[in-house]
Amino acid sequence: MTDDPTTYKHKDQEGVADRPLERKAVIRIRDVRKSFGDNHVLNGFDMDLYEGENLVVMGKSGSGKSVMIKCLVGLMLPDSGYIEVMGKEIATLDRHTLDELRSDIGFLFQGSALYDSMTVRENLEFPLRRHKEKLGTPSDTTALVMEALENVGLGRTIDLMPAELSGGMKRRIALARTLILKPKIILYDEPTSGLDPITAKEIIELMRNIQIKYNTSSLIITHDVDCARVIADRMVLLVDGINYAEGSYTELSQSTDPKVEAFFKK
Amino acid sequence: MSEISITKRVGSSLVGRAKHFFVQIGELSYFAGRFFREVFSPPFEFRELLRQCYQMGNRSLVLVGVTGFIIGLVMTLQTRPTLVQFGAVSWMPNMTGISIVREIGPVITALICAGRIASGIGAELGSMRVTEQIDAMEVSGTNPFKYLVVTRIVATTLMLPLLIVFGDLIALYGSAVVENLKGDVSFQLYFNTVFDALGFGDIIPATVKSFFFGFVIGLVGCFKGYYSKKGTAGVGIAANTAVVMASLLVFVVDFIAVFVSDIFYEL
Repeated sequence: MTDDPTTYKHKDQEGVADRPLERKAVIRIRDVRKSFGDNHVLNGFDMDLYEGENLVVMGKSGSGKSVMIKCLVGLMLPDSGYIEVMGKEIATLDRHTLDELRSDIGFLFQGSALYDSMTVRENLEFPLRRHKEKLGTPSDTTALVMEALENVGLGRTIDLMPAELSGGMKRRIALARTLILKPKIILYDEPTSGLDPITAKEIIELMRNIQIKYNTSSLIITHDVDCARVIADRMVLLVDGINYAEGSYTELSQSTDPKVEAFFKK
Repeated sequence: MSEISITKRVGSSLVGRAKHFFVQIGELSYFAGRFFREVFSPPFEFRELLRQCYQMGNRSLVLVGVTGFIIGLVMTLQTRPTLVQFGAVSWMPNMTGISIVREIGPVITALICAGRIASGIGAELGSMRVTEQIDAMEVSGTNPFKYLVVTRIVATTLMLPLLIVFGDLIALYGSAVVENLKGDVSFQLYFNTVFDALGFGDIIPATVKSFFFGFVIGLVGCFKGYYSKKGTAGVGIAANTAVVMASLLVFVVDFIAVFVSDIFYEL
């Protein structure tokens, strides 16, 4: 971890060397603890996500990655610790302020979480209806929906039901729904899990394009080493509930620490 | 296994069940309290409320109608011989009318809706919970309790009285068909006799309790589905326990309603 939480000396990595060296932290997590009965999932976890970066968090199943990401948007409350998103401490926000903040955070769920009873159009309009200031006139809504769908290459699916879509298409539509409010931060929970390697590659490519097009900050939770290699500007390894190791893909993949090595063994 | 250890095991199992029962009652009461806190505060989800009213009302009509017709028909067929024996067959419309409107219609319709609506809500919300759709709603800035729970409970509370009135009328029609075929009683005479026999004391308590039936059916369905445990097995359990609990509560509400209306009659 860097000493000053608000600045970040970017690691040398192919393709990102031209990015600015100093960045503002959009997410700050300090000493977060969360237990379920005797199961201590997070044991003082620390992490920062900086503006415009792709941060990958890797950890074994059940290591608390999803719990951590849910704490960031207030879906779960940590037992103790400090979580700040875009300068606001999550635990102190009232419902209205939290909802406003959430409109700047996109969340791609592991299973896509499309609303079964709604068409693709209604799925995409749903967050817009909640944030009326971004809705505009009905024609604007259609334009926004179409733009989001075109971004993921699925404009023709607008009137289909989620049950009529393949797993990869559902993930893309979910990504379009995430994008529709033009969030500043996107949280990806296992974006490639359950997908075949080709579709997974397409999703990763899409995530990269989105990051470049909208200059979003992305927090990606994954076990997929290939995904991490392609997309990570920086990586955090979550082991035993703490930030065990942090660095670029190259640095971590060359580590001789057995716990770190375990992640990169084929 | 010794007798003492069997007694111990049975005893601890009973204590466990009793504890679980009271925990469920406590959680259900808290859930109901949250409903009353949120139902009167904006934003109001009218569009979703109308959709739910349509889903629950319109789509239950056939089931309620067919069941009501058969209940009226069978009840009259089975009671008729006894009344003939006592020379009291002319009381048939009064008897069936009062029993259907006061008790059989509301309770049977509520039980059917407990099976159809409570299990449907339990399964739908349960599957939404398992597939993280409820979390996705929350993240998109929607209050899922308001959007999913409040609308469904209000819809069942409003729709059940209408379904009960519809079921009662169809049940009376079924009874009238038997009387018309077996007793040569015209439909007009049958219904005139039925409505002459019915007073406000029969209709008002039955209508009031039907709102409560709707409320508990919606409440239990939403409660079981909303707090469904992870996994597809949890969805099945939510649907199943929603039916059992809602049916049980229909009888409890019915008992309380009859008890309370009896007090009013005595006053």
